[in-house]
Amino acid sequence: MSPEEELQSNGSVASSTRNIVGVLKEHNYLGLSDCSSVGSSNLSGLADDDKATISLKATELTLGLPGSQSPARDTELNLLGPAKLDEKPFFPLLPSKDEMCSSSSHKNIASGNKRGFSDTMDKVPLYTEKNWMFPEAVLATQSVIKKEVAQNLPKGKLSTTNNSSSPPAAKAQIVGWPPVRSYRKNTLATTCKNSDEVDGKPGSGPLFVKVSMDGAPYLRKVDLRSYTNYGELSAALEKMFTTFTLGQCGTSGATGKDVRNETKLKDLLNGKDYVLTYEDKDGDWMLVGDFSWEIFIGVCKKLKIMKGCDAIGLAAAPAPAPRAMEKSKMRA
Amino acid sequence: MDLRLPSKVLEHILSFVDSNEDRNSVSLVCKSWFETERRTRKRVIVRNCYAVTPEAVARRFPEMRSLTLKGKPHFADYNLVPDGWGGYAWPWIEAMAEKCPSLEELRLKRMVVTDECLEKIAASFKDFKVLVLTSCEGFSTDGLAAIAVACSNLRELELRECIVEDLGGDWLSYFPETLTSLVSLDFSCLDSEVKLSDLERLVSRSPNLKSLKLNRAVSLDALGSLLRLAPQLVELGTGSFSDKLDQEAVSKLSQAFSEMKELKSLSGLWDVLPEYIPLLYSVCPGLTSLNLSYATVQMPDLLELLTRCSNLQKLWVMDLIEDKGLEVVASSCKELRELRVFPSGAEGLNDTNVAMTEQGLVSVSEGCPNLESVLYFCVQFTNAAMVTIARNRPNLKCFRLCVMEPFAPDHKTQKPLDEGFKAIVERCKDLQRLSVSGLLTDKAFEYIGTHGKKLRMLSIAFAGDSDLMLHHLLSGCESLNKLEIRDCPFGDTALVANAAKLETMRSLWMSSCCVSFGACKLLSQKMPKLNVEVIDEHPLETRPDSSPVERIYIYRTLAGPRLDMPEFVWTIQKNPEIGVSHLAIK
Repeated sequence: MSPEEELQSNGSVASSTRNIVGVLKEHNYLGLSDCSSVGSSNLSGLADDDKATISLKATELTLGLPGSQSPARDTELNLLGPAKLDEKPFFPLLPSKDEMCSSSSHKNIASGNKRGFSDTMDKVPLYTEKNWMFPEAVLATQSVIKKEVAQNLPKGKLSTTNNSSSPPAAKAQIVGWPPVRSYRKNTLATTCKNSDEVDGKPGSGPLFVKVSMDGAPYLRKVDLRSYTNYGELSAALEKMFTTFTLGQCGTSGATGKDVRNETKLKDLLNGKDYVLTYEDKDGDWMLVGDFSWEIFIGVCKKLKIMKGCDAIGLAAAPAPAPRAMEKSKMRA
Repeated sequence: MDLRLPSKVLEHILSFVDSNEDRNSVSLVCKSWFETERRTRKRVIVRNCYAVTPEAVARRFPEMRSLTLKGKPHFADYNLVPDGWGGYAWPWIEAMAEKCPSLEELRLKRMVVTDECLEKIAASFKDFKVLVLTSCEGFSTDGLAAIAVACSNLRELELRECIVEDLGGDWLSYFPETLTSLVSLDFSCLDSEVKLSDLERLVSRSPNLKSLKLNRAVSLDALGSLLRLAPQLVELGTGSFSDKLDQEAVSKLSQAFSEMKELKSLSGLWDVLPEYIPLLYSVCPGLTSLNLSYATVQMPDLLELLTRCSNLQKLWVMDLIEDKGLEVVASSCKELRELRVFPSGAEGLNDTNVAMTEQGLVSVSEGCPNLESVLYFCVQFTNAAMVTIARNRPNLKCFRLCVMEPFAPDHKTQKPLDEGFKAIVERCKDLQRLSVSGLLTDKAFEYIGTHGKKLRMLSIAFAGDSDLMLHHLLSGCESLNKLEIRDCPFGDTALVANAAKLETMRSLWMSSCCVSFGACKLLSQKMPKLNVEVIDEHPLETRPDSSPVERIYIYRTLAGPRLDMPEFVWTIQKNPEIGVSHLAIK
């Protein structure tokens, strides 16, 4: 398998990261012309001193409160609402309001686009009305300016996952937003893909899991949602890991050409020499096949093609396994 | 002459007073009325399990037969409350086991229930009849087995969206053959397959069974045989609706559905294949409640279903229904009272159906005169739409709009959604519950404070500009009971200025706002009848007063600080700091 393939199979995760970064870089312009328009146009509704404030602030290239030092970010910022930047540290995963003005704007929410708490906290006074600009002025201009994804997440991180050591997700998520119960999210994540395929509409997105094989030099990834049953999965895995098993067959004496034979491969993969196992949510390694397909893709975190002898001590799924086996065989 | 009403007479009169609100009023009249009322109250509801101690409740209402408890704050549903925060059912069950062994019904919401709790229930309450657990967690199917085996008069066992450690489907087999009293069984949130033959036997020996909600593992084929055994069902939650059935099985299933003359509520329909939708046609005209929120059925299959549901009062559906589908609802479901539209994409934004816009809700507001409760997830919205909706439906009682893009303005005018929400609160004078979203300035909250006089529960996210916003709400909304706020840029001033208001409310939740530690300390000191909980998983080493807190949960309580706080919850009683820095309050 070539490195390109590896990249491809990692595509959906990596590319969205790249997308965010790519898009961010694209949009990371100062748009000085827009900036000056802040001062001139669309401010009719505002009091004079606010206009003054805006034009003054519009030329001030900082992120922080007036007087505070902005850490090395002079070149990209939100010109339209420097006062609004006061808010920024408290909305770690949110784009600025201005970004959302443009209906064509990229929908991804940048993660971690804020400064450290310690940066802002020392200087933060009690907030009063005067600190804020009127948002109407901000919204009137339509520039899309994105923040660079912050690399370090400060200690006082809010509104992100409870585990502070986790890096920003590739497809950045705000914790608990949209407000859909986690029960619902988890349940929908395992919805059968049939309906998605019928109408070609996107389902809940691909579900990539790593697949490793004993003796193989590197991992592959498969999208569980692109299959509808165990049969399809096992066929795909067979194809993927052909080269390795060929190698194995070679050592046992058969010629290369003879071995390129599906039945032989099936034997190799499906019970004689290899078994397919998966790691579930609890970190336990289980034999694949005991649950219905829908439940399986909900709990499967990793796949592993193990040698049959290695898999002997492996836990089978809890009771009622026999019936579930029947069920999954019926469905597959 | 003794003018007092003899207590026996009073008791008899009170036996007709059902509503707890009325009973609460009764108990305030005088001591003897208080005494008579408390001795006769059978149904006790405690909407915040930390507002009062279990012992106090048991002491006051010795004849309690039914207890309803709520634990974690609402935002726990969206993972905003860290694990281990609290909401444990055990102290309540322990106390009731000792003091109210005649307890028959227990309804718990957002609480941590362990297997020990369930075993204790099974062992302590001889006449236990009803167990309803909503959004609870902490137990396994072993606990269910304990309930099944011991509660010989069990009527209702309902698990609604609970997180259960599923050790297998055996638990169902523990219902004894002598149990014939079952009226309602809901195990839709469990994963494992139960033994079909045991389920069938249970259903056949339960002539009073009115509500049956199966889990996804129950196949379509199995459903057929179950329906034939229980054609009297009023509520049905199907299992998976996607197996491939042969022609004979399909027609048998169709027959089974058409025999169900009493069916009023239908849910489940997991993975429903379009070719099976017609199976449901026969029950549609009788339905008052339809929950398609887990059914990935799309247009136009949905249309056929909806046009037949002329008596529908409650519809839960995914945004796969699109504007077109909602138009059909508007013209076919004239009795509709409650509409909930959930997002179909798991990530919310990128996968959301763009063929559903604000127009869908506008259509329903036009066509359904009885519409009073709305939950609507949508990518964006407009002020004009809300104005129209408000004009059409001044009878709205619950309006929860979730514009999924934070800070999204009116997508046509790019203005904040202030005017739209203004129309809602101005026109809908009986509005009790409101969730706002989208781009909102302080003005929106000034409107809400001015007009939302009957508002009891308010949910806010990513909104407003300053403390004024909070001030408007706390000083204006007279009936405000529950306020929950996340990611809004204010805190201290308005909070401390309106501290007294907090005692008139059940609870206030603020997360990712600008509330400082000093303000929390000050509030705690000023208001001893409140529990001010600072929930901070990553506190700074030293806590200067100006440091912001991650989350604050404030609730009124008679019980004082709770004893089961994890280390990440701070209250002033737990770690009182020496002195309180002077905080400038206007």
